[in-house]
Amino acid sequence: MENLARLLKDHPFLAGMEQVHLEFLAGCAANARYAADEFLFKEGQESDASYLIRTGRVALEVSIPGRGLAQLQTVETGEVLGWSWLYPPYRWQFDARALEPVRAFRLDGNCLRAKCETDHDLGYELVKRFLYQVHVRLERTRIQLLDVYRADT
Amino acid sequence: MQGERLGIGGAVVIQSGALDELIKVLAAEGYKVIGPTISDGAIVYDEIRQAAQLPIGWTDLQQAGSYQLQRRQDAAVFGFAVGPHSWKKFLHVPVLRLWRAQRQSDGSIGAATDPHPASKFAFIGVRSCELHAIAIQDQVLIGGTCKDPHYAARRDGVFMVAVNCTSAGGTCFCVSMGTGPRAEAGFDLALTELLDDGHHEFLVESASARGAEVIRQVANRPAQPHHRQAAAQASARAAAQMGRQLDTAGVRELLLGNLEHPRWDEVAARCLACGNCTMVCPTCFCTTVEDHSDLANGVAERVRTWDSCYTLEFSHLHGGSVRSSIRSRYRQWLTHKLATWWDQFGTSGCVGCGRCITWCPVGIDLTEEVSAIRNNQPRHGRPLFSVPSPQGKGEGEV
Amino acid sequence: MPEQEYNLQGADPMLPRFLRVRRAVVETHDTITLELDDSNAAPQFAPGQFNMLYLFGAGEVAISISGPPDDRQTLVHTIRGVGAVTGPILQLRRGAILGVRGPYGSAWPLHEVSNGGRDLLLMAGGIGLAPLRPVIYEVLRRRREFGNLTILYGARTPADLLYRGELAQWRMFPGVSVKLIVDRAAGVWSGRIGVITDLLRTVQFDPAETIAMICGPEVMMRFAYHELVRRGLAAERIYMSMERNMKCAVGWCGHCQLSPFFICKDGPVFRADRIQPLLATREL
Repeated sequence: MENLARLLKDHPFLAGMEQVHLEFLAGCAANARYAADEFLFKEGQESDASYLIRTGRVALEVSIPGRGLAQLQTVETGEVLGWSWLYPPYRWQFDARALEPVRAFRLDGNCLRAKCETDHDLGYELVKRFLYQVHVRLERTRIQLLDVYRADT
Repeated sequence: MQGERLGIGGAVVIQSGALDELIKVLAAEGYKVIGPTISDGAIVYDEIRQAAQLPIGWTDLQQAGSYQLQRRQDAAVFGFAVGPHSWKKFLHVPVLRLWRAQRQSDGSIGAATDPHPASKFAFIGVRSCELHAIAIQDQVLIGGTCKDPHYAARRDGVFMVAVNCTSAGGTCFCVSMGTGPRAEAGFDLALTELLDDGHHEFLVESASARGAEVIRQVANRPAQPHHRQAAAQASARAAAQMGRQLDTAGVRELLLGNLEHPRWDEVAARCLACGNCTMVCPTCFCTTVEDHSDLANGVAERVRTWDSCYTLEFSHLHGGSVRSSIRSRYRQWLTHKLATWWDQFGTSGCVGCGRCITWCPVGIDLTEEVSAIRNNQPRHGRPLFSVPSPQGKGEGEV
Repeated sequence: MPEQEYNLQGADPMLPRFLRVRRAVVETHDTITLELDDSNAAPQFAPGQFNMLYLFGAGEVAISISGPPDDRQTLVHTIRGVGAVTGPILQLRRGAILGVRGPYGSAWPLHEVSNGGRDLLLMAGGIGLAPLRPVIYEVLRRRREFGNLTILYGARTPADLLYRGELAQWRMFPGVSVKLIVDRAAGVWSGRIGVITDLLRTVQFDPAETIAMICGPEVMMRFAYHELVRRGLAAERIYMSMERNMKCAVGWCGHCQLSPFFICKDGPVFRADRIQPLLATREL
C-alpha cells in the first residue's frame, strides 16, 4: 500500500497531491496490465473505475452498424481514462481497447465515491483534476468537430 | 514659331481658341490625345481631335448618388468637376490580355505577350486629384520591386496637361485630402481657365522641357502678374467651394481601432455591394484573371480584368468567402482606402475626387461614414487590437 | 507567334515558364507531389516560398514549394486536388506540362533557429506539412547548426498522412522526433487520435531556446498558437504561414489583403505577434 502511494505520486494526474490523500487513494488503487487489443471496458458495462495510464495507449472506440469501427480518441502515458463512475447510471459510453501493452493504476470507482463523500477535501482535489481532464477532452472534441482538415471545394 | 519661349516653371497665356492648336500640336507630335468629352449624359475621357469635342459650356451637378449635366451661362471649357471615368482606364486598362499560349507540335507550350501600344498618350484636362491618383497607382503597379510591364508601357511618357480647378463639384473634398485643387507636380503643362468680362484665356504653366516645347508651338503671350493673381484667386475660390470635407486627423487609427463599430452594420444595410465605387475610383487597382482556352486547337489565354473587393468571389478561399458579409466588404474598402493604404504604400488611397459618393446608387458618402464613426466612439477606450504594419512603421496599439 | 515576343519572358512577371513533370507521386486519395524538371533556369527558393502553378487553359493556383532548397534541377510541389485547377492537376503524370511563376513570398526564418543552434518545433496540419518539408530538408542537411527538431503533424485520418516513408526516415536522425496524430481512425491505426494541441502536451521544450513554425488550416494554427503561448513560448518566436485568395502573387491584384498585409508579398510566412491579432477579427 505504501509502495503504491509512492508510485501514484509520480503519475501526472496526481502530481502535487497531498501525501494523506495519496495514501487514501492507494487504498482504492490496484495495478493493472492489459495486452494489446485487450479491452479495458466496453460500452454499456458498469463503470467502476478510472485508469491512470502509466505506459501504453488506449483507444476509445464505437462500432457503428454499416460504417464499421470509429476510433474517437486515444489516451496514453500520463493521462487518465474514465470518470463515468462519478455519475449515475455509472455506465461506460464507449469501448476502451489497448492499442499496445498497457500498464495502469486502476482506481476503484465505488471506493473513490465513498471516500470523496466522507472527505470533501480529497473530493474537491480529485474532482478539480477530473474537471481539468474533462476540459482538455472537451477542447479536443470541439476541434475534432470542426474537422479542420476537411477538403472544401 | 509664333510663341514665347517658355522655361520650365514659366507661364504664358493663351486664348481659349488656342486649345485647338494645343490638341493638334500634341497629335502632330504623335500623341494619342485623350480629353473630356460628353457621351451618354456624362463627361467622360475619350480620344479627341479638336477642341470642339471638349464639353464647352457644360457643367456637372453632383451630389451623393446623383450626377447631372447642365448648361452653363458661359463657354467655360473645363467648368465641371470629374465624371465617372478616370485616367486609369487608359493606364491600368479594364480588360487586358496578359498573354496567350500555344501548345506546340512537340507537346511543349510557348507563351507570348501582346506587343504594347506603340503611341504615347497625351492627357488633357487632368485635375490635381487625378494627378495624385495616377501617382498612387504608379506606386502600386510600378513603384515596387515587381513592375507591371503593361501599366509601365502605357504610363511611360504620358504628356500630362493638367487643369487647375476653378470651381469645385458637389462631392469634391480634395482640400481635405491635400490633393488639390491646384496641380503642384506630375504634369507637363497646367492650365488655369480665366474667364471674365469677355476675356476667355488660359494661364499655362510649364513644368517640363517638353511642356515648354509644346506650348512654344501654340500662339501665346507672356503671362502678366494679374494673370497669375487671377489664377490664384480661381484656385482659392475652388478650395472654398468644396462640397464635402473629411477630417483626416488620425483617420487610420480611428478606423482600425473601430473595426467592430456599429456604424459598419448601419452602412451595410444600405450598401448594395454593387462595386460602383471601386470602378469609378481612380486609385482602386484590384484585378482578377480569366482563363480562356480552345483546347482543340491548343490555344489558351489569360485575361486580366478590373475586379472589386465588393464581390463575394474576391476573397474566395476553400469553398467560401473570407468576407461573406457586406459589412465586412464595405469595411475592407473603406479601411483600405483611408487606413491600411498608408501601411502598404505610405500614402492615403483616397484623393478626395468624390466619384464614389456621386456614383453610389444609394448615395453612401464616405466622408459621412468616417465622421459617424468619429463622433460616436465606444466609451471603453480600449483598442480592439493593435495593427502591425508591414514595414514595421506605425506599429503599436490603435 | 513571332519569335521576338518570347523575349518578354523573364521581364514580364505574369508570364509563366513551362516545365515538364519528371515524376508524379500520388500521396493520398486527394494529394499528389509533382517534381518538375527545372534544370535550365531554377531560381533559388527559400523554404516557405510559393510558386504560381498554371494548368493549361484551366488557371493558376498558389502552391508552396515542398522540395529540397539545394536541388536546383527540380521544383517540387505537393498539391491537394480540391478546386477547378488543382482537381485536374491531380491527374497529371510524368511528361505533363505545368506553367510556373515564382518563387514568391517570405520564407521561414531558418537563420533565427541556426543562429545559436536553437531547437525547432514544427506544427503541421494536413497539407500544411508540404511548406514545412523544405525546412526539414534544410535542417537535416545542416544538422549541426540546429538543436533538436520536433515535428508534430496532424491529419484528418491515417490515410491522409503525407510523406509516410519520409516521416519514418526523419525520426531516425539524432535529435529529431516525429509525432503524428489524426482526428479519427477506423481500426488499423495504433497511433494517436486527437488534435495537434494534444501532441504539444506530449513534448517538453525550452521556451527560451525554441522557435516554432506552424502551418496548416488557419483555425488549426490559431489553436496551436494559443497552446504554444500557454506553454510559455513568446509570440515573437512563433511563425505561421497564411493563405488567402491570390491572382497575381506580386501585390497588384489586391485579393490576398489581410488588413495592412498582402499575404503574397508580406507573407505567406509571418511572425505570429504581427499577424495573430488580425486573425481574431471576423471577416477581416
